[in-house]
Formats: sequence, structure tokens, C-alpha cells
Amino acid sequence: MNDQEKEPIFSAKNFKLLTGPLNQNNPITVQVLGICSALAVTVKLKPALVMALSVTIVVAISNVVIAALREYIPSRIRIIIQLVVIATLVILVDQILKAYAFDVSKQLSVFVGLIITNCIIMGRLEAFAMANKPWPSFLDGLGNGAGYGILLIVVAFLRELLGSGTIYGYPVLEKAGIYSAGYENNGLMILPPMALIVVGLIIWVQRSRNKSLIENK
Amino acid sequence: MENLLNIFIKSIFVDNMIFAFFLGMCSYLAVSKTVRTSIGLGVAVIFVLFITVPVNFLLEKYLLKKGALVWLGESFADVDLSFLTFMVFIAVIAAMTQLVEMIVEKFSPALYNSLGIFLPLIAVNCAILGASLFMQEREYANIAEATVFGVGSGVGWLLAIVGIAAIREKLRYSNVPDPLKGLGITFILTGLMAIAFMGFMGITI
Repeated sequence: MNDQEKEPIFSAKNFKLLTGPLNQNNPITVQVLGICSALAVTVKLKPALVMALSVTIVVAISNVVIAALREYIPSRIRIIIQLVVIATLVILVDQILKAYAFDVSKQLSVFVGLIITNCIIMGRLEAFAMANKPWPSFLDGLGNGAGYGILLIVVAFLRELLGSGTIYGYPVLEKAGIYSAGYENNGLMILPPMALIVVGLIIWVQRSRNKSLIENK
Repeated sequence: MENLLNIFIKSIFVDNMIFAFFLGMCSYLAVSKTVRTSIGLGVAVIFVLFITVPVNFLLEKYLLKKGALVWLGESFADVDLSFLTFMVFIAVIAAMTQLVEMIVEKFSPALYNSLGIFLPLIAVNCAILGASLFMQEREYANIAEATVFGVGSGVGWLLAIVGIAAIREKLRYSNVPDPLKGLGITFILTGLMAIAFMGFMGITI
């Protein structure tokens, strides 16, 4: 860590790499990357958190690896090299999840494997890591992973609260006594279509607060 | 035969790649602006699924599964290579896409030109890897079932992308609120289509 302290680690530019993807440049709602495999895990908060964490780790580390190797990768076969790096990391994540969080791993089923073809990772490798040093790439990976994670968590929070009446497995609505007032869970929120509609509404809110993101067509 | 038909119908309507599992959303959102290109991409996806799912099925059966290497000799009965699944599947998909691209270019230049950039892009389409992983998870009994499942998933994907492309072409003439234009309304439309597809839930033949 000593050699890194000499240069400003969190210079303004690097800081922007980290925070930009959280809102202005969110990978899902603005860059339209990584929607595949994202929404299916948002029925409950717990798998969504695990998924967000896994993706963040894979993006950040693969960004660093590719950024470190970027001068040695022939551009003709770069996609295959990227896929190998990503697949190796995903295998690691998958094995670790199976060992330490088996029930969540079962819930996520094929979606852990699908991190490989998650467009966020390929997109960030192509757009950023191939042209930047490892440290900014690492921040970029963390930022994009976090931007992806935030959206996942917001969607999962809404779907779990309205669909099952719980937050992270804790029965909030029951404790608050809302059921006795005649409230019932909205079963529709648990079904897959609602994930799409919730994301659509989030995009609507984000874009009406930030006019520069509006598409003119 | 009935079983195969059942898998086919189920993979198109009930377990639709897009509406039930959100797989292949990236190209679904990016390429669904006109019906013509979306049909091209859909056909290419069906084609690649038709080849990769059975190939991965054979690899799974004779290479990756625990005890799969027993055909090499009794001493291999305990070898379990299933941790290599992702690596092998993605390699097969990348190689097959390349191969399909070369074959199509050689034997049908017209189709090749109309598909253009979409063929190589299929390698990183989540629907392709997703189909292989679902094939593994659901443990189809033989190669015919796996193939039918692959083609059915592809047809379902084609249906979804052509449907949304047709709606988006019409959407140009309607008055959508500014912040909802483009991505937002596409998400909501897909959600509504998915609700319609939920009506197929539970059908069996």
C-alpha cells in the first residue's frame, strides 16, 4: 500500500469513477447493461444482495486482471481471453457460495453461472479496462458493481415488502399490525413481470428528476 | 413423442427465456427497434441453440458429470469435473458461434449478409448460456429432449423479440411521457407482455 499513498488514491477523477455509476451513469438504467440475469433474483432481498456482491467482486477483479494484461492481449482474440478470465472468477464465486451459503446458491441456481455472460462485465472490460491502468479500473469495477447492486436491492426491497410483507425475511408488516387492518399481500409482485415494471417505473422516476438522461426519439 | 411436444410447448410459452427468466435482455432491448432485424437475430439464436444445447448435453453426459468418464475405464468412475461446467459451456458456445458464422458465410451468403453483426454477438447472449445451464439443471433424459428444449427456447425468444419490435414500431406514433421514452416504456411493455404470457402457466399436453 506504500507506493499507492504517494499518488492521490482518491483524486477527484478517481472518485467520480466510483460514484458516477451509482446514479448519473447507472449500468442498468442508463448504460442498459447487465439486465440479463439481474431481475430474476429480485424476489427476495437476500439472493439479490448475494448476487450484487458476487457481480461486484467479479467486475472489480476481472477489470484489474484485464487492465494489468491489456498491453499483452492481441486484439483479435481479446473476447476469448476476457471470457476465460471471467469464467475462472465465476467458478471461484460459485464454489465459494456452494461451500458457505448453500441455500442461497440453490435459490440463485443458474444465475450464478450467468454472471459470465452478464453484459456489465464484458461491457466494462471492453469500454474501460482495455484502456486504463489497474487502479482506476478497479474503482470503475467497484462503482459499476455497486450501481448494479443498488438497483437490484431497491427492486428486491419493493418486491419483497409488497409481495411477501417481509424485509430480509423479517415480517415487518405483520409486526406493524397492518394485516389486522385488512391489508393483504400483493401476490402479483412476486411474479416475474413485476420486476420489469418496477424497473420501468424506477427509470421513469430517475429520468424525470434528471432531464439530461431523457432519450429524444 | 408426446413428451417431446410437451417440452417444446413448455419452453416456448411457460418457461419463456425473456418473460420468465429475463435472459438475453441486452440484445432484446438493443435490437428490437425494427421487426426485420429482430427476425434475423431471432433466427440466428434458434440456430445456435439448436447446435449448442445438444453438444453441451453430450459433454455434460460424457465428460463433466460425476462418473461421466467411466467410458474411459473403471478407474475414472470417481472423477467429478462438474466445476469446469461454465468454462466448457462458454468455450463450446464461443467456438460454435464462430463455426456457425463460417458455415453460414460459405453456404448462404445472403443469410450471412442479412444477419451481419448479430451472429458473433450471439456468443455473449445470456439466453444461449442460460439454455445450456437450464438443460443441465433440469436433467433431460436424452439428447432428443435436450435438442427440443433448445429449439423451443429459441422460438420463444424469437416470439418475444418480434412482438416487442412490432409494438415499438407502432409506439412511434403514440404520446409517451418524456422521461418514460425509450428504455422505460420498453421495460413496462415487456412486463405487460410477460403478464399476458403468464396465462399459459401450467398447460400440459
